[in-house]
Amino acid sequence: MDASIAALRRGLDAREYSARELASACLARIDAANGHLNCFITVTPERALADADAADARLAAGAGGPLTGIPLAHKDVFCTAGVPTTCASRMLADFVAPYDATVVAKLAAAGAVCLGKTNMDEFAMGSSGETSWFGPARNPWDRTRTPGGSSGGAASAVAAALVPVATGTDTGGSIRQPAAFCGVTGLKPTYGRVSRRGMVAFASSLDQGGVFGQAVADVEPLLQAMEGQDPLDSTSANQPPTRRGEFKGLTVGLPEEYWDGVGGATAACLEAATRELEAAGCRLKTVSLPHTRAAIAAYYVIASAEASANLSRYDGVRFGHRAEAPKDLEDLYRRSRSEGFGTEVQRRILTGTYVLSVGYYDAYYLKAQKVRRLIAEDFREAFREVDAIAAPTAPDVAFRLGTVRDPVAMYRQDAFTVPASLAGLPAMTVPCGLPGGLPTGLQLIAPHFREGRLLALGAAFQQRTDWHERRPPGTLAVGAEIDGAAGAEKGAAK
Amino acid sequence: MGKASNMEWESVIGLEAHVQLATRSKIFSGASAAFGGDANAQACGVDLGLPGTLPVLNREAVRMALTFGLAIGADIAPTCRFDRKNYFYPDLPKGYQISQLDAPIVGRGTLAIDAPDGERRIGITRAHLEEDAGKSFHEAYAGLSGIDLNRAGTPLLEVVSEPDLRTAEEAAAFFRELRTLVRYLRISDGNLNEGSMRCDANVSVRRPGDPLGAYTEIKNLNSFRFIERAIGHEIERQIDVLERGEDVVRETRLYDAQADQTRPMRSKELSDDYRYFPDPDLLPVRITTDLLVEARAHVPELPRAKRRRYRETLGLSAYEARQLAQSPDVAAYFEATMAAGGEPQRAAHWVMDQVAAALNRMGKSIKDCPVAPRQLAQLLERVADGSVSGKIAAAILDVLWSEGGDVDAIIEARGWRQLGDSEELARVVAEAVAAHPAQARQYRDGKAKLLGFFVGQVMRATDGKADPKRANELLLKALKEG
Repeated sequence: MDASIAALRRGLDAREYSARELASACLARIDAANGHLNCFITVTPERALADADAADARLAAGAGGPLTGIPLAHKDVFCTAGVPTTCASRMLADFVAPYDATVVAKLAAAGAVCLGKTNMDEFAMGSSGETSWFGPARNPWDRTRTPGGSSGGAASAVAAALVPVATGTDTGGSIRQPAAFCGVTGLKPTYGRVSRRGMVAFASSLDQGGVFGQAVADVEPLLQAMEGQDPLDSTSANQPPTRRGEFKGLTVGLPEEYWDGVGGATAACLEAATRELEAAGCRLKTVSLPHTRAAIAAYYVIASAEASANLSRYDGVRFGHRAEAPKDLEDLYRRSRSEGFGTEVQRRILTGTYVLSVGYYDAYYLKAQKVRRLIAEDFREAFREVDAIAAPTAPDVAFRLGTVRDPVAMYRQDAFTVPASLAGLPAMTVPCGLPGGLPTGLQLIAPHFREGRLLALGAAFQQRTDWHERRPPGTLAVGAEIDGAAGAEKGAAK
Repeated sequence: MGKASNMEWESVIGLEAHVQLATRSKIFSGASAAFGGDANAQACGVDLGLPGTLPVLNREAVRMALTFGLAIGADIAPTCRFDRKNYFYPDLPKGYQISQLDAPIVGRGTLAIDAPDGERRIGITRAHLEEDAGKSFHEAYAGLSGIDLNRAGTPLLEVVSEPDLRTAEEAAAFFRELRTLVRYLRISDGNLNEGSMRCDANVSVRRPGDPLGAYTEIKNLNSFRFIERAIGHEIERQIDVLERGEDVVRETRLYDAQADQTRPMRSKELSDDYRYFPDPDLLPVRITTDLLVEARAHVPELPRAKRRRYRETLGLSAYEARQLAQSPDVAAYFEATMAAGGEPQRAAHWVMDQVAAALNRMGKSIKDCPVAPRQLAQLLERVADGSVSGKIAAAILDVLWSEGGDVDAIIEARGWRQLGDSEELARVVAEAVAAHPAQARQYRDGKAKLLGFFVGQVMRATDGKADPKRANELLLKALKEG
C-alpha cells in the first residue's frame, strides 16, 4: 500500500484533498486508535488545523514545498511552544516550553502540519516504552507487544498509518530498534547533523534527532528539512545537505561480531536481506569490529554520566514537578526528584553519579571513553575496506510488554545499535522480514555524514523488496478515507 | 599574639580571584550581562536552564581571557576545554556550573607587584573561564527564598595565583595590581561594589624553610581592606593554634566583616565531590592564530611599563606615577593633555589635584570630564607663558567646567591676563610706592618684610592679575630707587 509522502504530495498538489482534509483524516484516525495504541501523549487538533490552513494557503499561492501540508508528529522530547513537552515524565507532565525546538521550527517553516506529541520512554531512557509515565505505547502488529523504545510512540503511529512520518531521537538505538519492531524505516543521522536545540537532553554526546517513515523515500525529505548547522547548538555541524548517493559499486561490510544472540528466524531474514543487497549489485565483505562486546557497558556508563548532570536541573525550583510543602531545601530536592522521576531514570542518575565520583571516575568514566574511542577506531578501520555496514538492528522481534524485567536484559536490546551511537555514525533500519508475523529490520551504518549512502542503499533494497509496504492487518493508507483520494486508493489496492 | 612570635612564622598565601568580564552578553547565552536590572529580567532560557537549551560560547569572553593571558606572559595551550562542575544550589539553574578543570584557557604566567623591598613577581598558576551563578535572597521573604538569575551566566575569569604571597599586605597589593591590569585591558570594570571582582584566599603558616602546612580557604573577599584584615586575622589565628601545639584544620572559612573575624563555613555549604567531566554540549575550543593576534591587539602599554615611563622619561615621582597610572582612563586623560602641549609635571599636578578634586565634587568619572584634555593643555600653556597665575588658572578651570569655551577667549573676555612686563604693571608699582611713602622709607631703612605689604597693594590694585614674580622685581627696583 502506498501513502508515501510522494503520493500525498501528488494528492495535495492536484487538490484531490486539502491539507485540512488530510490533517482531519489523520486526527480522526488518531482519535480512534490512540485509546488502544497509546502512541500519542498530546494531540493538538487546533494547532494542526491552523497549520493545515496555512499550508493550504501556501499551496493555493503556488508557494508550497516538498513538505507543505504533510502531517507529522513530534516525539514528546522536542520542545513545542505553547504545547506540553513532557518527556513522558511526571517531572515534566505540566511543562510547556516557551519556544520551539530548532527541528520543530524548521519543519513548521517547511509547511509540515504537526498533529501532536508521541509517547516515549521517560526522558528517552528505555527500550520498550514501559518507562513512560503515561503507560507504554503498543505495537500495532500485536498490541500485547512493545513498539520498542524509546521512540516507541512515533514508530507505532507511523506503522499504524496514523501519520505518514514522525520525528524521533536516538541516543543508543531509540529510533532504530522501534522502527525495526514496528516494520517502518528509521534513520538516525550522524551526530551533529541535526540540531539538538530544544531536544530535551538525555545524553548530550549521543542524542541525535532523526526520522521515521514507511520508506526511505519518506524519511529522505524529512531529514533534508530538519538538518543543518544551528548557531544555538555548538555541536551541530556545518556540512553540505544530504543528497541521495550513488548505489552502484558499493561494498557492504558484514561485521562478524554482530550475529551472536540473534534469534534464528530473525537471522534468516537478515541473511536473505544481505543476499538481496548482493543481488542488487553490492559486494559483500566480512569485517571485524572487535570491540563491539564492550559497547553496551561503555554506553551505559557514558550516557548515564551525562544524564546525571543533564537531569540535575529538575530540582523543583524553577519548573517541573515540585513536592508539596517541603520542610527545607534538602527535602524539596529529595522529594521533588523522587516523586518526579521514575525508577529507570533514577537508576541511571545514580549510576551516572557513581561513575563520575572521586575514586570511580578513572575506572568507569575514563575507561568507557577509551572504549568509545576504540569502537570509533573499529569503524574507521572497517570503512577503509567497505562503504557501509549491514547488521541486525535488534536481536529479535518485539517482545511482549512486561516480560523483560531485568534492567540489564533490557540494556542488551541495544547491543547492535549502541556501537554506531558511540561512534557518532549515521545508521538506518529498513524492514526486512516478518519472522513469525512480526517485523524485523536490517541496520545499515555509514561513515560520518554519509546519510546519502544509506538512502541509496535503503532505496535500492526497497526497490527489490516490499517489506516496507507491509502494514499491520487492517491498516488503511494515510488519507484513504478521504472522499476522492484517488492517489491513496490506488495505493491501497496494491 | 605579640609581634615577636610573628617573626618566627612565615605565612604562605595564594589567591583565587574572580574577575567578571565586561562582555555585552553572557558567556553562554545572548542575554545582557549588564549589572542590575529588575530581578530575572536579564535571564533567558539558557540562563534559566530550561529543558532543551544549549550553551554557545561567547567569543568575546574567549578573546578577553586571551588578552589577559598575553598580558601576564602566560602559556596558552592550542586548545582549552569546558567541564561541568556538579552541585545543587537553587541559584545554580542547571545543577552544574560550566567551568574549566584541567584544560584552562590561560596557563602559567606572572604578575609583578610592588613590595616594600622592591618588585615581587607573583606566579599565576592559571586562569580559566566559567559562568557565574545567580543570587539568593533569604532575608526579604519570610519562610521563602528569592532567586535572581540576572547574574547567572555572567562570564568570570578565575585567576589562581601560586602560593607566592607572604603577607596580608602583599595579598591586597596583588589584588590591587590585578584590578589595575584588568581595567587597563578593558576586560572588566573592576568594580568591587558591584561584585565585578572578588577573591578567595588560601592561607597557611609555617616555620621558614619548613614544607607547606595545612591551609584554610577564606571565601568571598570583596574589598582590599577585607582581604588584608581577613588574611591578617587568619594568620594570627593559625599561629595561635600552632603555638598551642594543635593542628590547623583544613577547612573553608568565611570572613565576617561586621565581627571582623573568620569563622568556619557550615559543612552543608560545601560539597566535596563536584564530579567534574567534560561538557558534551561544548566542543574543545581551538585557540587560533587569528584569535591570538586579535587578543594581542587589545594589550595596551601595561601599568608597570607606564609607571616606569612616567618616572624615567617624564621625571614624575613614584607617587605621581602610581596615582596617574592607576586607572587607564586617568592615564589616558593625562597623556592626552601632554599630547596637546601640556608640560608633564604641570599636567600631572593639575590632573591629580584640580581636575581630580572637581570630578570628586561632582561625582563624575574622568571619562565624563567636561573639560577636554586639549582645553586643560591650553590653560597650562597660559600658566607656563605667564599669561595667567595659578590662582586665575583655577578660576578659568571653573569657567571651563561650567560654561566650556576657549581659554584665551575667557581670559580676554574677563580681563584676566596677567600683568607682566606691561607698562600698566610698572605704573601700578610706581603708584603703590608713591602712595605709601612712610612704608617705603621704613623699607629702605631695613624693614625688608614690608616688601610683602607692597606686593599685596599691587595685587589688590590689579585684582590679582599681577605676575607676582615680576611685581616683586619691579617693586625691589622702585623701592631702591625711590
